Amino acid sequence: MPAKFNGLDKSTLAKWMDKIPSDLYVTCPYCKQSVYHQKLGPFQECPHCGYGFRLGAAARLKIVTDKFEAFDAELAVDPALVDDQYAEKLTKAKQHSGLPESVVTGMATIDSLQVAIGVMDSNFMMGSLGSATGEKLTRLFEEATRRRLPVVLYTASGGARMQEGLHSLMQMAKVTQAVTAHGEAGLCYLVVLTDPTTGGVTASFAMEADITLAEPHALIGFTGRRVIESTLHIKPPADFQRAETLLANGFVDDIVARSAQKATIVSLLKLSQGGA
Amino acid sequence: MSENAAYDIVQAARSQSKIDSYTLINGVFSDFHELHGDRLHGDDSALIGGVGRLNGRPVTILATNKGRDMAEGQATHFGCVSPDGYRKAIRLMKQSTKFNRPIVALINTPGAYPGVEAEYGGQGEAIARSIQTGLGQPVPYLSLIFGEAGSGGALALATGDEVWILEKSTYSVVSPEGYASILWRDGKLADQAAAKMKLTPSELLAAGFVDRVLPEVTTPETLSALTTQLDLKITALAKLPVAELMAARRQRYRQF
Ligand SMILES: [Zn+2]
Repeated sequence: MPAKFNGLDKSTLAKWMDKIPSDLYVTCPYCKQSVYHQKLGPFQECPHCGYGFRLGAAARLKIVTDKFEAFDAELAVDPALVDDQYAEKLTKAKQHSGLPESVVTGMATIDSLQVAIGVMDSNFMMGSLGSATGEKLTRLFEEATRRRLPVVLYTASGGARMQEGLHSLMQMAKVTQAVTAHGEAGLCYLVVLTDPTTGGVTASFAMEADITLAEPHALIGFTGRRVIESTLHIKPPADFQRAETLLANGFVDDIVARSAQKATIVSLLKLSQGGA
Repeated sequence: MSENAAYDIVQAARSQSKIDSYTLINGVFSDFHELHGDRLHGDDSALIGGVGRLNGRPVTILATNKGRDMAEGQATHFGCVSPDGYRKAIRLMKQSTKFNRPIVALINTPGAYPGVEAEYGGQGEAIARSIQTGLGQPVPYLSLIFGEAGSGGALALATGDEVWILEKSTYSVVSPEGYASILWRDGKLADQAAAKMKLTPSELLAAGFVDRVLPEVTTPETLSALTTQLDLKITALAKLPVAELMAARRQRYRQF
C-alpha cells in the first residue's frame, strides 16, 4: 500500500524526496568511511558500521509506516512569539525541511497495527522543541489516549528552542503530563531515539517511554559536548553520548537497526497491549 | 526594560549576598531534618532534601544548594545538580505522597551539572523523571525561585501548583551568556541578551510563568513574612479536593 500523506501536495513531497543525498559517495559521520551512495539502500544505513543517516520525517514515515494520516499539519508557532530574526530562521527551516514545524504527528498503521505516531525532523531548526512542536506532541498523546492507541515516537532534536525562551521550556512539562496520562490509561509509549537526541527533549519525553529503543551510534545526551568542554575544560571520551554507551549504562532497552525496526516495534507493541 | 535593569537583576540573582539554602530553610521551616541519598547510587550535596514543619505542618523540603563557601561550592558544583540529586528529589517527592506532606521546592541553580559522569548517570532521564514525578504527586506543591533558575535543571523542581519568585531572581531557558553565544555567536553580549529574554520577575509574571513575585528575603522579619505567605498558600491548596488540585495543576502546564 502506498504511503498516504494527508495535507501534503505533490510538490512538497517532491521537495522532500530531493533531500535524499544525490552525491555518488557520502562519508559516514560515525565511522568516517566513504560509502557509495546507492549502497546505503532503502534504510540509509552505513554498510560498514550500521549508522543510520539522518532522515527527514517523510522518508522516515515511508520506511516505518504502511499508511499515514497527519494531525495538525498546519499548526505553527504563535506569531506573537516571533521576532524578525526568528522569523527568518523559521522561513529557512520551512524551505529546508518542507515542513511547518519540527515534528510530524498523526495516525498510522504499521503491519495492520494502528498507532499514533510522531516523527521529529532535524532538518527543521535542528528538531528544536518549540511551542508548536510541544503542542503537536501533546495533542498526539491526548488523541492516542482518547482512541486507546499506543504511541510510537521518533526523536531527533538539538533541545529547547532558544528563540522561544521559557515557552520552549514549558513544553517539557506540557508534553510530560500528556505522556503520564497516556501511560496511566494503560497504553504503551515506545520511543526510538535517533541521531541526535539532546537537551530538553532528552530531559523530558525522550526518556519517559515504556520501551526505549535507539538507532546504532545515535548521539543521545543532555548537555552538549561543546558546553562540557568549555565549562570544565576537559575533552569527553569520543563515544560518551552514543547509543551503545547509554545501553551499557542502562538507559536504553535495545539498539535496533532501521531494517529491523518495523517488525520489532509491532512485536513489542503487541506484547504490551494488556494495560488497564 | 533597559538592558542594564534586566542584567542588574541577573547579577543580583547570582550575587554572593543572596541568602544561602540552609539559612533559607532554617529561617522558614522548623524541625528540619536533612535526608540524604537517592538509594540508587549516591548523595549529591547540590540538592538538599529533607522534612520539616511549615507553621507546624509537616512538609517535604527540596532545595538546590550553591554552597556557603568555596569548598562547599566545589562540592555542590555551585548549585548544579547531578542525576543523584534529582533522584533524591524524586524519592522524597514520592515519599511526600505516602505521608500526605506538601512539597516546597527552593530553586537557585544555573542549571543541571554539565559533566561526563552526569551524562553517564543519565542526567536527561533524571530530570525527565523529576519533572514527571513532581507533576504527578497528589499533594500541594509550591516552587520558589530565590536566585537564578536555568533550563531543564531548574524545571525539574519547578512544576508546582504555583511557581513563585523573589524580586531579584531570574528564570530562563538558558543563561544570558549561553543565549548570546548560541544566537549571536558572542557570549559577551549577555547584557543585551538579558534585556531580550524576558527573564525578570515582572516579565515572568506578565507571561504567566510565575504566579507571584515576593520581596527579597534578607532578615528574620522577611523570612517570617515568607513563611506566612507559603503557609497561607499551602493551607489553601491542602483544602482542595485532590481531583481539583490535580486538574488545576494540569491546566497550569497545559496552557503553554
Ligand atoms: Zn559508518
